[in-house]
Amino acid sequence: MEPIKNIESLAYFTPEILLVVFAAAVIILDLLVKDQESDWVAYLSLIGLGCSLIAIFITNSLVNTNEPISLFLGMIRLDEFAVFFKILLLLATAATILFSIRSEELDVRLKGEYYALLLAITFGMFLMASSTNLLMIFISLETVSLTSYILAGFLTHSPRSSEAAFKYITYGAVASGTMLFGLSLIFGMAGTGDITQISSQIASVLASGGVSALGVLIAITFILAGIGYKIASAPFHMWSPDVYEGAPIPITAFLSVASKAAGFALFLRFFRTGFDTPEILQSIDWGLLLAIVSALTMTVGNLAALPQRNVKRLLAYSSIAHGGYLLMGAVLLTSEGLSAIVFYLIVYLFMNLGAFYVVVLIANESGSEMIESYRGLSSRAPLVAGAMAIFLFSLTGIPPFAGFFGKWLLFNAVISKGLYWLAFIGLLNSVVSLYYYARIIKAMYLESAEDTDTFSFTKSTFALLSVFVVPTIFIGFLNIFYSLSAKITLQ
Amino acid sequence: MDQILLSLMIFIPLLGMIVVLLLPREQEELIKRATLAFTLIPLILAVYLFINYNTSTANTQYFVSVPWIDTFHINYHVGIDGLSVTLLLLTALLGPICVLASWRNIEKGLKAYMALFLLLETGMLGFFAALDLFLFFVFFELTLLPMYFLIGVWGGPRREYAAIKFFLYTLFGSVLMLVAIIAVYLNSGAPDARTFDIPTLITLASTPGHALADPGFQMWVFLGFFIGFAVKVPIFPFHTWLPDAHVEAPTAISVILAGVLLKMGTYGFVRINMAMFPEGLDIFTNGDGILGHSLALLGFINIVYGSFCALAQTDFKKLVAYSSIGHMGFVILGLAARNPEGINGAVLQMFNHGVISAMLFLLVGVLYDRAHHREINGFGGLGSRMPIYTGITTLAFMASLGLPGLSGFWGEALSLLGAFQEFEILTILSTIGIVVGAAYFLWTLQRVFLGALNPKYEELPEINRREIVTLVPLGILTIVLGMFPSIAINMFYVSVSNLVGIIN
Repeated sequence: MEPIKNIESLAYFTPEILLVVFAAAVIILDLLVKDQESDWVAYLSLIGLGCSLIAIFITNSLVNTNEPISLFLGMIRLDEFAVFFKILLLLATAATILFSIRSEELDVRLKGEYYALLLAITFGMFLMASSTNLLMIFISLETVSLTSYILAGFLTHSPRSSEAAFKYITYGAVASGTMLFGLSLIFGMAGTGDITQISSQIASVLASGGVSALGVLIAITFILAGIGYKIASAPFHMWSPDVYEGAPIPITAFLSVASKAAGFALFLRFFRTGFDTPEILQSIDWGLLLAIVSALTMTVGNLAALPQRNVKRLLAYSSIAHGGYLLMGAVLLTSEGLSAIVFYLIVYLFMNLGAFYVVVLIANESGSEMIESYRGLSSRAPLVAGAMAIFLFSLTGIPPFAGFFGKWLLFNAVISKGLYWLAFIGLLNSVVSLYYYARIIKAMYLESAEDTDTFSFTKSTFALLSVFVVPTIFIGFLNIFYSLSAKITLQ
Repeated sequence: MDQILLSLMIFIPLLGMIVVLLLPREQEELIKRATLAFTLIPLILAVYLFINYNTSTANTQYFVSVPWIDTFHINYHVGIDGLSVTLLLLTALLGPICVLASWRNIEKGLKAYMALFLLLETGMLGFFAALDLFLFFVFFELTLLPMYFLIGVWGGPRREYAAIKFFLYTLFGSVLMLVAIIAVYLNSGAPDARTFDIPTLITLASTPGHALADPGFQMWVFLGFFIGFAVKVPIFPFHTWLPDAHVEAPTAISVILAGVLLKMGTYGFVRINMAMFPEGLDIFTNGDGILGHSLALLGFINIVYGSFCALAQTDFKKLVAYSSIGHMGFVILGLAARNPEGINGAVLQMFNHGVISAMLFLLVGVLYDRAHHREINGFGGLGSRMPIYTGITTLAFMASLGLPGLSGFWGEALSLLGAFQEFEILTILSTIGIVVGAAYFLWTLQRVFLGALNPKYEELPEINRREIVTLVPLGILTIVLGMFPSIAINMFYVSVSNLVGIIN
């Protein structure tokens, strides 16, 4: 289908436009209203997300889903894949805002900026999920990166937070530069920035001997460095534990879920649309490259998580490992793998955000993120401890929780391509991960606290907690999620 | 109507868990009674199924199959044959007994304990009834979580170590099994015709030319499943979690562990490894050389190694734990023989060992509750102080060491009879285990109950009524099945013959 021209495209772009409008509104109204104590900016941002969500459904109903459309002369694409990721990202942002309202570590004076930045980063991630042009890909990635640097350093009184932001920006700049170099190589070889045309162009220059397969592989590796940094895959993961530890907890949760999901969206679209043709695959075995990266990522993440005593840092390493599991689905980019990633991301959204929410709650009550403050939680706050246990077992991949079903789909995708060794490494990693997740469970259930006062949480806390617990228990049992994720495809 | 009974039996304990969780924490009596009721219902249903089971056919009975995860052709498919109905009865019987055994000695978190116990029971019952490979795996893993907490929270001094060791070992085994399950699923047909259905897979795997029937493929998936089940049985060298878990676990949980969880391993081996992968089984049980004898060899090692380790123990509970390893060896040996005598003997041994080891652990628990230690050499002369207790213990010991006339004899005798036809030397050597078994049980009997009464225990109270109630049904079973083993064998004879037909 012909790409739609700029002005006509705007109608399909309303979800994104609404996010920008609300971000601007939050900043301006925050300047005008001098009420720093109340959380109205947060609620305004939530309304913005809600409006955007409605707009997504409306614009989606205008489109024939079998025939995705290209907007802005082929810069971005509107298809089911993009819609899925946008909804996922909206949910993650909404959860982050709700965590932020409850978090006690954020500076009340900077509320307006904080929520405006969250809306802006969501906007950037929307673009990541739908860009189909090399230039657009880079711009969306940078929008997200720059905003995340500021958000990671948002605890102005904490040196750790500043350190996190600084490390983040240093690594980020190098990764972006490397990626830009790779993109320019690809642009030079293909002569086009449109990723829907890259595959045929590259295939023809490969066939004519214009470029060597090695050259294309080098360009792909450079691009992988940029995307790998975003999804925190080894060996580009070094920034993430420090950043995750230093950043405010809601932002850590956001980065580990939303940023990763957006990174995967971009990654999948780029490779699936740009390089997934038999001609290219024949000469460049980047599937194997991805398999190795995947195995490395989960192993590094899990082994590094083993000795951690800080729960936030532990979850940071564990989310690196989960990036590795997700990459298993991306190896060879089959449609089975794609729907496995989609399913796993839905599950991961709930279980990982849920775990971080508990970290927020415990940090509020005890002022600490260390594993010691979880001691005896089963008697101090039985419901919170129970919820945490469910999230952690689900992250390990133990039935009957949803994490198991997600992992099963990923292993299914890998084994269907005959990559038994990768499935093996993945499963052994699951066993290793049990060890450190169980340490938190041990602290909560098997050890007792010196301080035995019970924690008191409000009803709304439990309501929000159950929003994460219920899906973590039930998603795996419901066929609708499987058929939904099987429907998400990329053309 | 009858179809629903089996599912009802599986999920009543789960319902019970929800009810127990909703009860107020302080109402301890109410919680205990509710748990007892929710374990008695499955027992009644199990007895009903056992009585009404049609023993003249090997077909699956009381089966239900409804689509669950359609996209991946997963069904909620449960049903029973002679083998599963026997083990379901065992599980359902041990449920209320364990609740009674936990009546007085759970000092903290009674509500959580009972809720977890009920969840465990659902997992076990579901496992023995599942006929869909995926469902089978989910139930298999469902027993892990409650077990981890039951050992880890309510166990002895080294409970944390024991609990995580149990969890890691079993999870390690089961992830290998998961790879095998996925491999079987993906090779079961064209993308639209793939299936997890166990009966269908068994048929496909013996269809010549089908991908599942390929001997090379069968060997690998056989190994995947085998390691998963071997950890559970446990088969040497995967057994080291067992003594730790048993020693630390509270009495009732040891009973479940020895009585049911170990059987999950051998049951899974029969249901999947033997029935679905006869070509794979052939490699490890049929043929000359070490590979053809490997399974029998593992059974032999279990018997001899377990028995000698038991002989060396001075901790009463550890002794019983190692004796379990030895007795499960007879099951492996009987299964390796793959003839009707061997398999019938193995299945009978599974049931009988479940009953007898449950008795032994209950008896150890009774003594521990009174003396607060389990050091065999620290007792002496209890026979004069606790005559009833001594009588029941002697019965359990005799049954366990294989005295003819009690149930333990038949399983071992049939297993050896079957095995002797296939592996003469190994079978002869395995009888060492029986001799050693007699030695450690009689020696223990002598050290604990005979001789002069240790003055420390002059005031030791006799076994009470509640404890007798937990032991009597099991004691009666050992005597009745010792006199009339055919009552049990008739239940699964036809199913086993069907299995032997598939294997050969």
